[in-house]
Amino acid sequence: MSKQIATRPRTFSRISGLGVYRPTEVVPNEAIIHNIDSSDEWIRERSGIITRRYATADVTIIDMAVWAAEKAIADAGLTPADIDNVIVSTISHPYQTPSAAVFIADRLGIPNPGAMDISAACAGFCYAIGMADAEVSSGQSRNTLVIGVEKLSEWIDINDRGTAFIFADGAGAVVVSPSETAEIGPTMWGSDGSNWDAIVMAPGLHEIRDPKDPKAVVGERPVLRMQGQKVFRWTVSEMPKIAHAAIEAAGLTPADIDVFVPHQANLRITKAMMKSLGFADDIKVAEDIQFSGNTSAASIPLGLEQLRSTGVAQSGELALLIGFGAGLAYAAQVVRIP
Amino acid sequence: MTDQEILDALRSIVSEIAGIDEAAIDADKSFVDDLDIDSLSMVEIAMEMDSKLGVGIPDEELKNIKTVGDAIAYVKANS
Repeated sequence: MSKQIATRPRTFSRISGLGVYRPTEVVPNEAIIHNIDSSDEWIRERSGIITRRYATADVTIIDMAVWAAEKAIADAGLTPADIDNVIVSTISHPYQTPSAAVFIADRLGIPNPGAMDISAACAGFCYAIGMADAEVSSGQSRNTLVIGVEKLSEWIDINDRGTAFIFADGAGAVVVSPSETAEIGPTMWGSDGSNWDAIVMAPGLHEIRDPKDPKAVVGERPVLRMQGQKVFRWTVSEMPKIAHAAIEAAGLTPADIDVFVPHQANLRITKAMMKSLGFADDIKVAEDIQFSGNTSAASIPLGLEQLRSTGVAQSGELALLIGFGAGLAYAAQVVRIP
Repeated sequence: MTDQEILDALRSIVSEIAGIDEAAIDADKSFVDDLDIDSLSMVEIAMEMDSKLGVGIPDEELKNIKTVGDAIAYVKANS
């Protein structure tokens, strides 16, 4: 018989640190409405958004991710050298290759880490938490840095009434570390590719390649497009089931959840989902979209940090995280707040 | 179901979702112009109709439902 393969000691995992970066430029609805023939009231009623933040021209997603990650690593009581792997979820990294993760890891001074980006859009942060939980629990990684970062202000059509007021910029990061007890529940993830056209960044890079001159580009650059009603219907009907599955997989009931941090897609989606979730009346709910807009992969850590930094949510409480969006991809899990 | 039964069910659904007095909801009322209901609330109304009346209105049909009467006619034609 051939020799046995050795594995590393198996363990549990927890979120050990949290940090965010919120861009400095606050953009009120008044700055958006003239491009989409709209009003402050119209935007507030349809999305809950009062202001959002845009990164200035000189700030890249790498900068934002590094600033958020430095805080998360410090919050965990670690140094960059303690990080074994970096997982970045983003749809606004402007290079097909190399990944944003390698730039970020290099800037942070992490020596030779694993580094990769994932593409799961607004579900990406929860996908990455699930992956980080698996690799830390298996011993593959001691500490994994998870980052959600977006500069969506560069990827929107400012004249599109369906998206121009929604998307914004920001970064959030957590560190996932070993634990003697399970502090991250099973991740319930999935996708429905039959609805791939509900949210797309189009045209594709192949479509703007000039057939007469392969080195040149033609047409308009890619921007986010969304079928709002389709996304709303799918989310409100399907995501409560995924939320309940994640709670049940963690051996809990909705009444056990202290804090609800859904992807900050639209305040109307959050409120519609709440109707069928069966949480306790005093559940604490992230509504960071009001002042941050929809920051895709960054919205869940930004929403969690907003609740923790204001003392609404406490370290040690149980939070349900759920991300959903383009794909249509989704992921949810229960975590203990660091 | 009679028109009146469907209207009564719609009054309850629309009132619940949009916070409108049931008495203000009649067959000739426009969802957008008279009742100030936006596209996302229309989706919620369609989903609730599916749950309560067994007739849902898909997104591609929703844009043709202008008045409460249109919704009543849709339910009658599809139930």
